[in-house]
Amino acid sequence: MIDIYTMGIDVGSTTSKCLILKNGKEITGKSLVGVGAGTSGPERAIQSVLSSSKLELEDLDYIMSTGYGRHTIEIADSEMSELSCHARGAYFQFPNVRTIIDIGGQDAKVLHVGDDGMLVNFAMNDKCSAGTGRFLEVMARALEVNVEELASMSQLSKNNITISSTCTVFAESEVISQLAKNTDRCDIIKGIHRSIASRVGALARRNGVIDDVVMTGGVAKNRGVLHALEEELGHKIYTSELAQYNGALGAALFAYQKLSR
Amino acid sequence: MNDVKKDLKKPAKIMLREIVDKVYAEAWEAKKRGEPVGWSSSKFPAEIAETLGLKVCYPENQAAAIAAKHGGKRMCEYAESLGYDNDICGYARISLAFAAGAECEEKPMPQPDFLLCCNNICNCMTKWYENIARMHNIPLIMIDIPYNNTPEVNDENITYIRAQFENAIKQLEKISGKKFNTEKFKRVCENANRTAKAWLKACSFCQYKPSPLSGFDLFNHMAVVVTARCRKESAEAFEALAAEYEESVNNGTSTWHYDENYRIMFEGIPCWPELQNLFRPLKEKGINTTAIVYAPAFGFVYNNMDEMIRAYCKAPNSVCLETGVDWREGICRENKVDGILVHYNRSCKPWSGYMPEMERRFRKDLGVAVVGFDGDQADPRNFANAQYITRVEGLYEIMESKKNGGL
Repeated sequence: MIDIYTMGIDVGSTTSKCLILKNGKEITGKSLVGVGAGTSGPERAIQSVLSSSKLELEDLDYIMSTGYGRHTIEIADSEMSELSCHARGAYFQFPNVRTIIDIGGQDAKVLHVGDDGMLVNFAMNDKCSAGTGRFLEVMARALEVNVEELASMSQLSKNNITISSTCTVFAESEVISQLAKNTDRCDIIKGIHRSIASRVGALARRNGVIDDVVMTGGVAKNRGVLHALEEELGHKIYTSELAQYNGALGAALFAYQKLSR
Repeated sequence: MNDVKKDLKKPAKIMLREIVDKVYAEAWEAKKRGEPVGWSSSKFPAEIAETLGLKVCYPENQAAAIAAKHGGKRMCEYAESLGYDNDICGYARISLAFAAGAECEEKPMPQPDFLLCCNNICNCMTKWYENIARMHNIPLIMIDIPYNNTPEVNDENITYIRAQFENAIKQLEKISGKKFNTEKFKRVCENANRTAKAWLKACSFCQYKPSPLSGFDLFNHMAVVVTARCRKESAEAFEALAAEYEESVNNGTSTWHYDENYRIMFEGIPCWPELQNLFRPLKEKGINTTAIVYAPAFGFVYNNMDEMIRAYCKAPNSVCLETGVDWREGICRENKVDGILVHYNRSCKPWSGYMPEMERRFRKDLGVAVVGFDGDQADPRNFANAQYITRVEGLYEIMESKKNGGL
């Protein structure tokens, strides 16, 4: 039997992700470059995943692009919105999923999927970066810590601090004023996580939260945000090591499906 | 009906455009003659001013035209420089800027000598008109329509509104220097009813599959039902439009020149500065808008004064959730839609505010795909095209999935 290779490319606003699937099941490689649409990120991510999979572009049977920059990928055979791709990727990993919370670089979305894993409806953030990955980056910079350190530092928090969820700029000012008052950074970070959870929780409640709930996107790597969301919504939230690649995974799955039909 | 079209020998859309031009030309001429010219909210009882022969312009129509011609940002910023917050309705900001003297080549109109304000459209209207009244030191004739918490309009409200109608007539008699002629009022009302019936008939052709028109056409044509519904020529033009649609149904033609893979309802006021951007992804996916709430909202028929008052009580922002849901679901069923695209309009918070609950009701009652996007009716700074495209693609993919049992 000839193996079928499909690639999903998720070109986000701040990162480019690629994932290659063998026969619609086995992940042969994945890549992530920390710049997104309109940069060299997509090309670099493609080269990287081909290299790690020991494949050439010609070996790929179908390429599907998704994400904010999906329209810019010339080698893609077709494209699909990140909404359907996230639904498909999460369903592949968690067959009981009904609600997906995806927090990426510049947007937050809550998706509902049906019993068959198909997208049923969704809600997305408006023109505001509060409650997104960019929000966390801005706060980390104000606190002079790496984004990767936020989760572990928030676990050391002893006091509840409230940070505004209305606006990234206002929230940054609040963080700075808390620092000026010598408030413990760990408490501030936990407040930031709760701020995101409050914002995204409101978005989730718009269409209702149905178990199982799965979190995807780069922010899912921050267990502090995930736990704050669990507290906010009162639901257990699942995630996986592939959270940030979920859109690319969904695209690769749809690509395989295109060939199967 | 075919005779009407043959006699008039002009495409209906030309007739309609000429009527709106005439409304504004007549206002300019009246101003030159030294007659008082009014500014009116879109759902003020136009029958009163028309009966008294007063020339009236429509700031909402003007603001939409300015926004569509890409003057919205400049005018909104002018208003903001005067101290008006950017959270205020974009129409209001454009109108306040114009009233304050901002240059505006896109759609100039005479400055007002009196104001006709009816808050059935929204409550922002009241403060907007109060500001202009103070700016120009001119009379403001106000008709207050209480929000309808129940589907039926109660008799106390009818009495309250009737008294205001009578007071408005007295005030306008003084401004016009003319006596209100009840016989002429009857004729004006007959014209308004005939216009409304013809407009609603034209809108009803969206129910055909495929539709002989794109719902977006109605956004263009509705200017006449807002600015000139009491005129005989408006009725004639809409009758001609309906006749054209009827002919299209018979011939199998349409103003929608693309596939009609799916039919949707567009909820809310369109983003006038972004009409092309709104339209493009829909046409690319073969999604025709066959139901809209905004345009037919201006078509209402009545047989007597009480019914007229009740008709003026029904506007998108003046009815309760139950009425609003029934209204829209009726439109969706009649026009056989597969999905609904909801405009969360920064300019219109009352309208947008109850949409999340309506979305839930639409999904439950109609079982169709419902998707929202953020935008603005007049301020282009509140619209992001990439966000809009993603949401339309999401809507398309849900409709595809529902139709085909998967993507």
